[in-house]
Amino acid sequence: MTTSTASPARPSRRFTLPRLDTVAAWLLAIIWIFPLLYAFWAAFHPSEFMVRFDLLAPLTLDNFADAWEQAPFARYYLNTFALVTGVVLAQFVVCTLAGFAFARFPVPGKDILFMLVLIQLFVFPEVLIVENYRIASGLGLVDTITGIGLPYVASAFGIFLLRQTFKTIPRELEDAARIEGCGWMAILLKVYVPLAKPTYLAYGLVSISHHWNNFLWPLVVTNSVESRPLTVGLGVFSAPETGVNWATVSAATLLSIAPLLVAFLLFQRQFVQSFLRAGIR
Amino acid sequence: MIQNADRRMQVYGALLLLPAALLLATFAYLPTVATLFNSLFLPGFRGEPAEFVGLENYQLLIEDDTFWQVARNNLIYALGTIPTSIALALGMALFVNARLPGRGFVRMAYFTPTILPMIAAANIWMFFYAPQIGLFNAMLGWLGLPGVNWLGDPNVALASVIVMTVWKEAGFFMIFYLAALQSIPPELEEASNLEGTSRWSFFWRVTFPLLMPTTLFVLINALINAVRVVDHLFILTKGGPNNATNLLLYYVYENAFSFFDRTYAATITVVILLVLAVVATVKFTVLDRRTHYQ
Repeated sequence: MTTSTASPARPSRRFTLPRLDTVAAWLLAIIWIFPLLYAFWAAFHPSEFMVRFDLLAPLTLDNFADAWEQAPFARYYLNTFALVTGVVLAQFVVCTLAGFAFARFPVPGKDILFMLVLIQLFVFPEVLIVENYRIASGLGLVDTITGIGLPYVASAFGIFLLRQTFKTIPRELEDAARIEGCGWMAILLKVYVPLAKPTYLAYGLVSISHHWNNFLWPLVVTNSVESRPLTVGLGVFSAPETGVNWATVSAATLLSIAPLLVAFLLFQRQFVQSFLRAGIR
Repeated sequence: MIQNADRRMQVYGALLLLPAALLLATFAYLPTVATLFNSLFLPGFRGEPAEFVGLENYQLLIEDDTFWQVARNNLIYALGTIPTSIALALGMALFVNARLPGRGFVRMAYFTPTILPMIAAANIWMFFYAPQIGLFNAMLGWLGLPGVNWLGDPNVALASVIVMTVWKEAGFFMIFYLAALQSIPPELEEASNLEGTSRWSFFWRVTFPLLMPTTLFVLINALINAVRVVDHLFILTKGGPNNATNLLLYYVYENAFSFFDRTYAATITVVILLVLAVVATVKFTVLDRRTHYQ
């Protein structure tokens, strides 16, 4: 977007200095992106260049190799991947069923039940870490990936979003499917779910980023490499008292954010739209 | 016959709700009730049963200087992060909503911190704040100024944590303002241009009031985050030095998993639940009456 796109109606703008707003907007943008750029700088250069900005500083991948060697990142990736996939799929199933019930079925006391569900928008599993840990250990879920994900499966937010979406779908479509002999499950799967695709996409993206990034509850409920997700692995690895080399820490940090960051850069519009639609994470 | 069909629908609906109900009961309602209940006990040591002590834990809490310090920290943290990140978010949205060269890049720069995990953000900021090799002190050194112990000085540490949080949150709030700005009809601005209204008074008289529902929505989210997100403390300060950056939920974590005082941790959790209950009440009574999003 250069001056050539400026509207021809106001040619006087073409050769003037950039406006104060533009300068301020760019300055703020540079400040905002700087920490991430700095992490890239630190990760791709030998550690003696941490605070020496020499354009000719040698590039290296050693920091990544060190990080990969010093901590079981492959395992962490696998755990996070399993966690995120499992949570999102389970959320889709459970929230679809509940959202469908709230949207279309005359369950007695429905409004009160729905209010009860909405409470979970404020009382999150991580606020209740003490008791949730006891419950998870009572169910034998401590140090398992199921244990990390299960408290988030009945997501009030997912139920809310899907209920709203299902409510906007015209009943005529449902009736048409019924005339063709579809039962309730078939109606749900053939009419409601396909029409709610944008909601699933939005909710799915938000949920993926939330669980990729979640830390406190996974930290509490896991205690071994076999179940730790990336965030917890990174936290353990980079805790200042471990004395790991900083260039290695920044390589490890980039390693753990890379998949989400790349996905975001590729599908920016979808991400922003999803966060917008989903509002509360 | 019709009644029978209705009855079947009810049962079917209830069955559809069952998985969600079971999970919510197990991981939301049961632990909430158990938290309230356990705050009335002292932990039983060596497998003995817990001892009922009524409100003694609350008495302890009131007399616990650390608790008050942590509560005050959390208040300062909220007051430090929320207005700043909301103001910045609004500014960012106004920038990005206007004609701006390189708008796509600028918007991406603002939003990117949102998708990073808090732990990664804290790691990156650690490179800035670290006393010897940190970038901030190196920059002060280039200017010939003495370094600051950003995370080790009790007078500075909380502010350092606040700055990092603002960086992480502002871009997330920006997108809600951006969406709201785009829904304001352009005729309003054209009309005000004809009248010769200045940009400044147009903002305060028209734009800002129209954005009020968004501001309230963002405010609720920011309040929740101020008591819910403590991940960065695990990297940056561990609540130190001397509890100068300790926040309520981190204090719960310490009590439960470092000091193994489960019932006291439950008592502090009750305080957090009370804060969240107030926020929820405000949301459902004030906010939902004014606006409907989604």
